[in-house]
Amino acid sequence: MLEDLFKMVKDRFNEEKSEQTPESVPEIPKDLMFKCPRCQSVFYMDEFVSLRKTCPTCNYHARLSWKERLDITADPGSFKPFDENMTSLNPIGFPDYEKKIHALQDANGIKDAIVTGECTIRGYRAVIGIMDSNFLMASMGSVVGEKITRAFEYATEHKLPVIMFTASGGARMQEGIISLMQMAKTSGAVKRHSDAGGLYIAVMTDPTTGGVTASFASLGDIILAEPKVLIGFAGRRVIQDTIRQRLPDDFQTAEFLLQSGFVDAIVDRKSMRKALSNILRLHNFKKEEPAQ
Amino acid sequence: MSNLSATQRLEIIREKTRPTVNDYIPVIFHHFTELHGDRRFGDDAAIIGGIATLNSVPVTVIAQVKGRNLDENKKSNFSMPHPEGYRKALRLAKQAEKFHRPVICLVDTPGAFCGIDAEKRGQGEAIAENIAEFMTLKTPVISVVLGEGGSGGALALAVCDELAMLENALYSVISPRGFASILWKDPSREKEAAELMKITAEDLVGFGVCDKIIAEPAGGAHNDMRLTADNISEYLMDAVTRLSAIDTDTLLNKRYDKFRRIGVFSE
Repeated sequence: MLEDLFKMVKDRFNEEKSEQTPESVPEIPKDLMFKCPRCQSVFYMDEFVSLRKTCPTCNYHARLSWKERLDITADPGSFKPFDENMTSLNPIGFPDYEKKIHALQDANGIKDAIVTGECTIRGYRAVIGIMDSNFLMASMGSVVGEKITRAFEYATEHKLPVIMFTASGGARMQEGIISLMQMAKTSGAVKRHSDAGGLYIAVMTDPTTGGVTASFASLGDIILAEPKVLIGFAGRRVIQDTIRQRLPDDFQTAEFLLQSGFVDAIVDRKSMRKALSNILRLHNFKKEEPAQ
Repeated sequence: MSNLSATQRLEIIREKTRPTVNDYIPVIFHHFTELHGDRRFGDDAAIIGGIATLNSVPVTVIAQVKGRNLDENKKSNFSMPHPEGYRKALRLAKQAEKFHRPVICLVDTPGAFCGIDAEKRGQGEAIAENIAEFMTLKTPVISVVLGEGGSGGALALAVCDELAMLENALYSVISPRGFASILWKDPSREKEAAELMKITAEDLVGFGVCDKIIAEPAGGAHNDMRLTADNISEYLMDAVTRLSAIDTDTLLNKRYDKFRRIGVFSE
């Protein structure tokens, strides 16, 4: 059941936000300083950004926009996007859905919650997908499903590996049953890519939940995760309401999944490019010469 | 066929006397031989499975078990499977593939169970694995939604060549209550959600999700279980015959395309 996922994610967000502004702290210009929502350390925004938005004290990994993720992952200038103009319609006639989508498109510079394309990473060519939780919690509707499916089909045809940075609140409720079917569509494309011998690396980032966890995100040959990120099927509150007992603190963290055997390795953001290129090398992919 | 609203159908499928797989299996199939366990962790009574004959053709039956009373529901966890239930289903599906038996999935669940152990044992992974593996299972797969088809927990048994729904069955991305709770922060707007979500069999035929609507007696399946069972049985016999005649490559391509084309976007 996917109930309450959005709510849960929002609540986590609010908790983080509220911790950022205790009364005693003098007002700091927003873009000058960064205060870590986990350990409360305060440091210069420039430093935070140069550390790829991780905390130098506690290694907190903040969520990234698709652009930020792309910039720290792909070799400069190597990215060629797929299906940039694909836009959701409104299959169940959900009130004001188009309006909401248009506002999000303007705010985020993308048409929906995922960017797909082809790039090199330390010289290794790969098809890449980056989900952006700023866009309706990167929920999966028609566009996300179709773009992922096409990315895998392209990779199958061109014998390329696929790297998916997953982040999602789950299926996109506003598209009704159509969004549920994207789980089958994407998983089918992953399976075909796999059966053709293709390599798929899933990188789970904060938060990877619901219908995305229950489809393509969990189907990687190799599944990496950033430290401490939320990964799960059902929402924390739904579980708490169902079983009426306190959940362990590390419940549904990357570390919890590593312990239970559902993640291959936890990789720090600063080591991600190296980890990915190393896996590609170990699968006999060849490094390309940098473009002149 | 009747022209009931989604809300009216919601009431029908919640009838305490609505027949379940425990009623249907003995009527539709013969020689049902139940097979237990996922060979990994345990046996989940929320999903029963086994081999049976349908009009003397051996088939594998995988079914979600709504209880008819509290005792049955306690045993079957109100038809909310754990990962081991989905893994048992996949084991039996693979077995069916090996012995060239068609697979018949009877779907009736509010959703996969939400709990600590379910998460720990990989509820998401178990569902994902089923979806991917059923997509390329080299034998016909037919799914029938009997009552509630809730979310990924239903989809894990509904990646198939043909999906049929009982006339009053509903199949949705989330329960109407969950939908109202997430999008409007108000679970009491359940009925409004049910109407908006487009979750009836007719709606789903329109989306290309459902291939066949199986008629129920007036007022719902509980008014005549036998007749409903006969209708299901008639459909299944026809579907098994038709799908068994298709060569495997064509069957799998058609199955892939059935899901591949679902999506509503512009570019």
